[in-house]
Order: sequence, then structure tokens, then C-alpha cells
Amino acid sequence: MKRFIANLLYLTALLLTVPALAGEPALVRMATTTSTDNSGLFDVIQPVFEKELDIRVHVIAVGTGRALELGRRGDVDVVLVHAKAAEEAFVQAGYGLQRHEIMYNDFVIVGPPADPAGVRGMSDAGKAFGKIAGASAIFVSRGDDSGTHKKEKAIWQQADIRPEGDWYRQVGQGMGKTLQIAGELNGYTLVDRGTWLAYRAKSPLQLVVSGGGELRNPYGIIAVNPERFPDVNHAAVQRLIDWFKSDGAHALISGYTVDGEQLFYPVTQ
Amino acid sequence: MDSLSAATAESFRLLFSGDADLWIIIFTSFSVSVKAILFAVPLAFVVAFLMAHLRYPGRRAMIAGFSAMQSIPAVVVGLTVYLVFSRSGPLGDLKLLFTQTSMVIGQALLALPMLVALSHAAFQAADRRVWETSVTLGARPVRAFMTLIHEIRFGLIAAFIAGFGRIIAEVGCSMMVGGNILGYTRNIPTAIALETTKGEFAQAIALGMVLLMLALMLNGMLAFFQGRGVMSS
Repeated sequence: MKRFIANLLYLTALLLTVPALAGEPALVRMATTTSTDNSGLFDVIQPVFEKELDIRVHVIAVGTGRALELGRRGDVDVVLVHAKAAEEAFVQAGYGLQRHEIMYNDFVIVGPPADPAGVRGMSDAGKAFGKIAGASAIFVSRGDDSGTHKKEKAIWQQADIRPEGDWYRQVGQGMGKTLQIAGELNGYTLVDRGTWLAYRAKSPLQLVVSGGGELRNPYGIIAVNPERFPDVNHAAVQRLIDWFKSDGAHALISGYTVDGEQLFYPVTQ
Repeated sequence: MDSLSAATAESFRLLFSGDADLWIIIFTSFSVSVKAILFAVPLAFVVAFLMAHLRYPGRRAMIAGFSAMQSIPAVVVGLTVYLVFSRSGPLGDLKLLFTQTSMVIGQALLALPMLVALSHAAFQAADRRVWETSVTLGARPVRAFMTLIHEIRFGLIAAFIAGFGRIIAEVGCSMMVGGNILGYTRNIPTAIALETTKGEFAQAIALGMVLLMLALMLNGMLAFFQGRGVMSS
């Protein structure tokens, strides 16, 4: 009996080491942001473009900072992120080819229903940040060099405020986690509308500031430079980028809603 | 925020509804960790045996070194494996990053110090005469080694269980080198981390319970080899 079980264990181990079946479609590794992934958009569009283009896409969802770092090291074939300045620097330094702006949504500021800083209904993010800092109301920052964090830092800078003190909490976590922490601490935070709509039902926070020009959040897709990293799958990446510019993709992206609200707006030109 | 009991009830429903994604995640977890432990165990046993059997300078420092390495955080092992296998790293040409293979390597490295330290303790407690008698009776070293292993099997099984327990539940290394890719490198711990960030606590608890149940089954199976579990008289 013991021998039998030992053999069974051995056999299981052998079976587990049989390599995956050959003949798979072309593989594309895409680094994208947690906010894109958490919004649920990819659950809708990924099966469609995988089928239409006959490719297999491995989506690695990290913060924008790390997504670009994965591209700089040649560990992925394509990046889809939202930090325009950092993306342009990425292209400028020769790590990526061209930046294609494929869609946008916007950032909003959410906060506790009691609104201790009195920012409800404002649209100017810089002024709202000023009031939050002035009231020393708790503000939860991503603090992870993600696209959202970069945007937040840009707003502080624009408002000429150096966020410091007990009220300013940098958590170094993804968007979803940061929202949860802000909820528990009764604090304000900056969040992309996509993630906010996906989490709204689970969060005690409310939307307080939206609509200002500096809150616009454009998403860019960039192929990793095949001259620098010859083994990236550039042909498949190019087809994927072309797909994002197709009418079919635009219809899918505009058609994606959460609670009846549209999350992303495709860039058509 | 849902109460804990509601999340637990939901987790039971998920478990028994035969969700395909869930089972792929479970399979990935076990496939990766079983391979990792099968790579690490033979190596660890041989190293531990040599440390207990031979006398050479630096031996005690080596023992202390393996014990100390048990404290290395999984995410540091993950970062090291990531830097080695990154396409800009020394072994980038192998294209192993974000594959199950790199997860297996990471977990094997993670389990190794614990396996060495615990099995060394077992070898240390063994009677040297087992080895000497076998050799005197004409056994070749490999045969004598197997006899010795059989003699101290309980201690080695304990080392195996502890090592497997460390890697089946670790999240840092798998996240770093596997990338948490759905249907490919997403295992139970990284899925729990993801579902927690998404606020899907029921899913997270369900996965945690699967992990616990499967660990219980595995330990039950190993207990079979453990004999009666009492002191010998």
C-alpha cells in the first residue's frame, strides 16, 4: 500500500512535468497598469482581440512606473500605460517606438461623505488639493510612482504645495488597495474614474471633485523597440496596436459600462 | 464592507460550483510547487548529508549560513531571480521570465535553505553506525545513503512538509517572477493578493480555504508515512 502511494506520487510528479502542448498562437507580453486591469475593460476586450488576431496575450498588471521599467529591460513586448510625460521620455530614450494615444478617461477626487475639507462640487483639482492641505484632512497617496501617483504629484506641484505631515499618507499600493485604505481612514484620494466606478459600490467614500482639465487621463500604447530587443514579438504587437485603432475596438471601448456609466473614451482621428 | 460570515458563505458556494478559472489557479499552484520541491529535496538531502558526514573547514559557517538563509524574504528571492532572468540580465536569453519555469526555480531556491537546515538536523541526530555498518556489509555509498535516509525518514518528512508549506503559500516570489498572468502563472497566493486588492474578499477567502484543505490532504497523506507518531520504546 505504501509502495502504491509512493508510485502514485511519483507518477503525478512525472505528469506535472510534461511540457505544454506545442502549436500555440503567437505570444505577446503586455505590461499594463493595475487601473486598466482592475476596471474590468480587459475582461471584455481581451478575448475579442485574441480571437480576431489569433494571438495570445499575457497581461502583467503593475503600476505605470514598473510597467515602463519592464519595457526598458525588454521583459515585455508592449506597454499600455497612462503617464504621458514618462511615456514620451520612454520613447525619446529609444526603449519604445511610437506612442499611440488610444483612449482616455479622467481622474476624480473621492473623499468621506462628511467632506471635512469642504471641496464637494469643485472642479479645479489644484484648488481642491489646496483646501485639503489647508484643512490637514487625511489624504491617501498611492506613493508607488504609478501613473496616478505621477498625476497627483503634478497637481501638488502645480498648486505649489509640498504635501507633508501627518495628514498625508503614502501607502505604496495599487489603486484598489489605496481606495480601501482611504475608505478605512476616512480620507481623500485621487482615483481614475474607471477604478472608482468599479469600486464605488464597495466603498464608503463619495465622488467630490471632477471635471477639471488637469484631471484628464490619456492612455498610450507603445511597442518596445525591436532594434534594442530583437526577440520582442513586434509583428504581433503592431497588429495589436492597429486593432486598438479599429472601429471595432472603438465600439467595444465606448460600449463598456459599469452601472450604466461609460468608463473609457476611444481616441478617434 | 461585507461581514466575514457572508464572505465565508460565498466562498463555500464558489468552491462547490466547479468554477473553471478557480481550478486552473489551483492546478497551477500545485504543479509549480510540487515541481519545485521535487527539484529542491534531493539536492538539499545530499548537501545536508555531506555537511553532517564530512569534516572540512568552514563547515559550521555553512550550517549557520543555511539556517540564516531561511529568513530571506520571498520577495528578495523573487527580485534576485527576476534580475537574473530579465532579458537585460545574465540569463535573459533563456526567456524564462514570467513563465511557470521561473516560478519553479524561485520556489526551489526559497525552499532550499529550510530543507537543508531541517534535514541537516535529522542527519545530525542519526547514528553514524548505520552508515558504517552498511558500508562494512559491502553497501556502495548510494545504497548506504538510502539506508540512512530510511533510518531518519521521519525527520526528513518533517523537513519536506515544512519546505512545501513555505512555498505553496508564498506570494512575493511568484508575483515577481510569474507576473500573476491569468490562466498561466496565477497561483492561489497571487490570486488571493489580487482579489484582496479588488475588494473581492469572498473570492480571496474561498481561495484561502482551498489552500488550507489541499494542505490538509497532503499532510494527511504524509502522515501515512509518519508511522504511529509516538516515541519508540
